[in-house]
Amino acid sequence: MALIETRDLGRVYDLDAGRVVALDHVSLDVDEGDFVAVMGPSGSGKSTFMNLIGCLDRPTHGTYRLAGTAVETLDANGLARLRNREIGFVFQQFNLLPRVDALGNVALPMVYAGVDRRTRREKAHAALARVGLAERWHHRPMQLSGGQQQRVAIARALVNGPKLLLADEPTGALDSRTAAEILWLFQELNREGVTVVLVTHDADVGRHARRLVRFKDGRVLEDHRQTPLDARDLIAAESAA
Amino acid sequence: MRLVEAIRSALSAIAANALRSLLTMLGIVIGVAAVIAMVAIGSGARNLVDQQIRSLGANLAIVTPGNVTQGGARLGAGAASTLTSDDAEAIRREVDGVVAAAPFVQGGAQVVAGASNWGTRIYGVDLDWFQAREWDVATGRGFDPEEVRRGDIVIILGQTVARNLFGEDDPIDQTVRVRNVPFRVIGVMAPKGQSAFGQDQDDVIFVPLDAGRRRVIGRNYAKDGSVGSIFVKFANEEEIEPGIETMTALLRQRHRIVGEQEDDFSIRNLTEIANTASASANTLSMLLAAVAAVSLLVGGIGIMNIMLVSVTERTREIGLRLAVGARPRDILSQFLIEATTLSTIGGALGVGLGAGAAYLVAQLAGWPSLVSTNAIILAVGFSALVGIFFGFYPAQRAARLDPIEALRRE
Repeated sequence: MALIETRDLGRVYDLDAGRVVALDHVSLDVDEGDFVAVMGPSGSGKSTFMNLIGCLDRPTHGTYRLAGTAVETLDANGLARLRNREIGFVFQQFNLLPRVDALGNVALPMVYAGVDRRTRREKAHAALARVGLAERWHHRPMQLSGGQQQRVAIARALVNGPKLLLADEPTGALDSRTAAEILWLFQELNREGVTVVLVTHDADVGRHARRLVRFKDGRVLEDHRQTPLDARDLIAAESAA
Repeated sequence: MRLVEAIRSALSAIAANALRSLLTMLGIVIGVAAVIAMVAIGSGARNLVDQQIRSLGANLAIVTPGNVTQGGARLGAGAASTLTSDDAEAIRREVDGVVAAAPFVQGGAQVVAGASNWGTRIYGVDLDWFQAREWDVATGRGFDPEEVRRGDIVIILGQTVARNLFGEDDPIDQTVRVRNVPFRVIGVMAPKGQSAFGQDQDDVIFVPLDAGRRRVIGRNYAKDGSVGSIFVKFANEEEIEPGIETMTALLRQRHRIVGEQEDDFSIRNLTEIANTASASANTLSMLLAAVAAVSLLVGGIGIMNIMLVSVTERTREIGLRLAVGARPRDILSQFLIEATTLSTIGGALGVGLGAGAAYLVAQLAGWPSLVSTNAIILAVGFSALVGIFFGFYPAQRAARLDPIEALRRE
């Protein structure tokens, strides 16, 4: 069953300079459990696509169903609820709250899900353990390395048990060894059943996905399945170097 | 998000910028401190005025002798006793709303009881006097009508006099001598404390009007039936002014004063005097309230300003919160609660400062002050409202941010 179904999805911006078609009639399905790399140069529409399937933006035309829900019919609260329950975001810049420790950062989505404090702590601990940071729960972002911060962000994305993990250049701010480790974490999570959509401009990162979708000028230029590289080989190679 | 957690997170945001938060609160702190101090000092002053009215007796006017002209020489007020018991009787009978008209004479006297003696003021009064002044005996009994009518040589002591002459002993039925006249003590007045002018109102003795006039005070009241002054008590405040007009006409007629001739008496409305004092206390309060309101307004604008800065600084945080599932109204309430927490803490600090200031004023200036619970609740509640009012616009701006734009912001 398709987790993501878009039909003629489009987004047009009315700017002072005129109409800009950022996304032009994109019809794309992503199956549950898939690992898709979305690639393309800047201005290709990949970010717009990501914002739309992340329910952060509304399409100008077309339809989008996420896990069976017709997204374009939802109001702002409905979109917020969908982001909260079904989607986990991972950003290039981590976007952790600086004054809050790792546990608090991971627990944040559950605050908006109305989970009680005790359950929040338990689940956040479990999520931190899943990304290998069980011992560091009380550290603030400033006290963690870049890779550790991104792990905290991934734990936060996972904590409400979403079907979809949306990662926007998640390795962009990391050194190559750490980047390889984060890629491996995504591959592991995908193996456990989480659907991953990863936006990147880095071809090496893209080769670790099972499917590659390339955008250009707001349209899908290329869409093919591939045998993914194993991120553990990359880790080994980086360690040897 | 639950309220307790929202407040906790607001407190941590405020603590993260402690100095800035403190400076922001300052306007509220000063405003609330002004309100608290104003109310405390104002109500203290009003209490004092009320107390003075009460110690005098409510709805009271006093008729005193006025100027007398003899052979072209104006002798001035009080030069002669122009009032009589009959004047009081006429007032009681003919003026509407009068519940008591109490003629009295007064003078100084040395009181002797056994080996001890004491100089004090002596009043010759009738039964109306106690009613007019709303003052009763504490022990023993008051005069009975017969004693007043006959001018018996019985006496009622003020607390101070009783203590000085008899110490801890019971003065009832003892004999004291005033100008060598032996008076029997029948009662001791209830304590009344200091007057508005710092006089000890308990340093006084009372004898029946005729006894005082004939046997002890005498000199000024040579004319038969003449008295020093007359207290006139009305049933309620509205009747005082028309009552005074009627009394003036009545007394002019009785004293045969016609046309342009000057009154030989004067009538003052004592409640009026108290009201004037009370009104000036109110004016002061209003002035301070205006200052406080301006200060709260300025404080509120300060909070709005800093919240706008905070929203700008934390745009990415807002974007992130929206991305992980915060609804716009979650963001709205987060910033609203932050602004309100800020202003309420300011209000609480202001209460402390204001109460301290009121206490200091009370200690240093000897001005009574009263920090009321109502004022505290009102002040803190009002500062919370200021937070909500001035925090709303910044919070709304935060809630309306586009998550994509917000996340992209550096």
